[in-house]
Amino acid sequence: MELQGKSVSQGIAIGRLVVYQKKDNVVKRERVEDTANEIKRFAAAREKAIEQLKGLYEKALKEVGEEGAMLFESHQLMVEDLDFIEGAENIINQEQVNAEYAVARTGDTLAEIFANMEGNEYMQARAADIKDVSNRIVSVLQGNDDSGLNASEPMILLADDLAPSETVQLDKSLVLSFVTRGGSSNSHTAILARTMNIPSLITVDFPEDVDGKMGIVDGFEGKLLVDPDEALIESYKKRQEKEAEKQRMLQELKGKETVTIDGKSIHLYANIGGVKDVADVLENDAEGVGLFRSEFLYLETDDFPTEEQQFKAYQTVAAGLAGKKVIIRTLDIGADKQVDYLNLGNEENPALGYRAIRICLDQVDIFKTQLRAILRASFYGTISIMFPMIISIDEVKKIKKILAEVKEELDEAGVPYKDVEIGIMVETPAAVLLSEELAKEVDFFSIGTNDLTQYTLAIDRQNAKLESINDPHHPAVLKAIQMTIENAHKGGAWCGICGELGADTTLTETFLRMGIDELSVSPSKILAVRDAVRKLDLSK
Amino acid sequence: MKEFKYTITDPEGIHARPAGLFVKAAAACGCKVTIEKDGKEVDAKRILGVMSLGVKQGETITLKTDGDGEDAAMDTLQKFLQENL
Repeated sequence: MELQGKSVSQGIAIGRLVVYQKKDNVVKRERVEDTANEIKRFAAAREKAIEQLKGLYEKALKEVGEEGAMLFESHQLMVEDLDFIEGAENIINQEQVNAEYAVARTGDTLAEIFANMEGNEYMQARAADIKDVSNRIVSVLQGNDDSGLNASEPMILLADDLAPSETVQLDKSLVLSFVTRGGSSNSHTAILARTMNIPSLITVDFPEDVDGKMGIVDGFEGKLLVDPDEALIESYKKRQEKEAEKQRMLQELKGKETVTIDGKSIHLYANIGGVKDVADVLENDAEGVGLFRSEFLYLETDDFPTEEQQFKAYQTVAAGLAGKKVIIRTLDIGADKQVDYLNLGNEENPALGYRAIRICLDQVDIFKTQLRAILRASFYGTISIMFPMIISIDEVKKIKKILAEVKEELDEAGVPYKDVEIGIMVETPAAVLLSEELAKEVDFFSIGTNDLTQYTLAIDRQNAKLESINDPHHPAVLKAIQMTIENAHKGGAWCGICGELGADTTLTETFLRMGIDELSVSPSKILAVRDAVRKLDLSK
Repeated sequence: MKEFKYTITDPEGIHARPAGLFVKAAAACGCKVTIEKDGKEVDAKRILGVMSLGVKQGETITLKTDGDGEDAAMDTLQKFLQENL
């Protein structure tokens, strides 16, 4: 059985499913004569509740740290809140009823106020806190204050919703994951799960009879798998191990510089293919975006993307990176990436055909629209532009002329933009051979190793028969890379690698010795590459 | 009476944690302390009242202290807002 929910904390958990049964306080409305005594009972119950909350605070402090523990301090303040106390006391006095009823009703009324705070999801979630507090006092008044769950083996905990006081009383070492029917991404269970670094799902509508069965929580896809077969468990275990390794690296390497033991540092950027990848970039602690493939804008639509559509995408990424560098590669379509509305037609040899910058320099309108969108977005972050498939100095000169025209148009219209670095992809043998001259024209190079390998070795990378001789470590490819780096530096440009080879940690040392300035890899490889760089000592 | 207008910069607004700390600080003052937002004024010594304003980032509140020691109270609470919210 597969149940879909929403993930509020990522990760994988495999274990026994346990459905938590909440003990509801049944509160009866009873008439009392001695209201003064009820007021006294209420005061004593508050005192006891405060005592409990202090204990929970201490426990939470040890288990989840100050951030998580603060909650119990705010619960204490709620117990002592005059609105709450006066509200309940008024009900006792005016209606001559028992304290339990007065507390429960006051709690409900106050919770309602928070639950109705439209547009403030955070405060709406606080309704659960108020209910939790009033339940606590009612429990004390009724004389039952034991918690509901005893576990002896690790489990995936399923519940309607869990109150903070319920979660803190759990033995955390036994909880593999929280799955709730209700809840929100701001609920305490969700926050706790993220603090504990365990997966958690909300809005999963599970049947009661899953209790006791084996289950898998996929906190990446938001899925709960009930009764999975052996093969599925195995594949999830592998995924879990990989995640654990990633987590270990994250803990160790997040926020650290990408620098060798002897002090040589490089920039480590991420390759992305769309706006949605920004979260991955940040999560994996990339220092910027070294290759933002703009093709998705063209491939996902039935017609040319408008300037506005493009601007929004570029702006979102630039703003999301908050000032870190974002290198946008202009349209790289043709060859294996086709779109109908461009009417490219069938080509005998598309890899050597009408593609990328060749289209842009031929259909300048398409190119200008993109450049305008990029320049406008540059105002909101740190953007660089990179051009693919360059084979000549003349192309670069033409590009620069078009770029200057676009800037002039923007100036005339009074549209703000920032200075952008411009660079080229070095992915043809022609560009390698001309790299010294090209370096004088641009700010940077980024070596596209996939195409460079294909063109250098004359091996079609789509041809499965050639797989065995398609060697990206081929000495000719490595020599081409070395030459490019050296010439970049001679001409005053910096040089990076954005092809797949950049993430090949068996070559990291080679690239650093060649003098590479930047590596741009897929977000999931960032930490592995940083790890490799930090273990190197180039002085040896 | 002392008044101070402040625009919340914390991305989460006045959420439970700082609200709790703020209420504690306000409770320690001898004078009357209130917070007002959009015409709704609440006792700053009551956490539920403060939270029920639902103050978000970018919204402006008015802090008022009134009575004995209103200057010192304003000093302390103003600083608290600027440092924590």
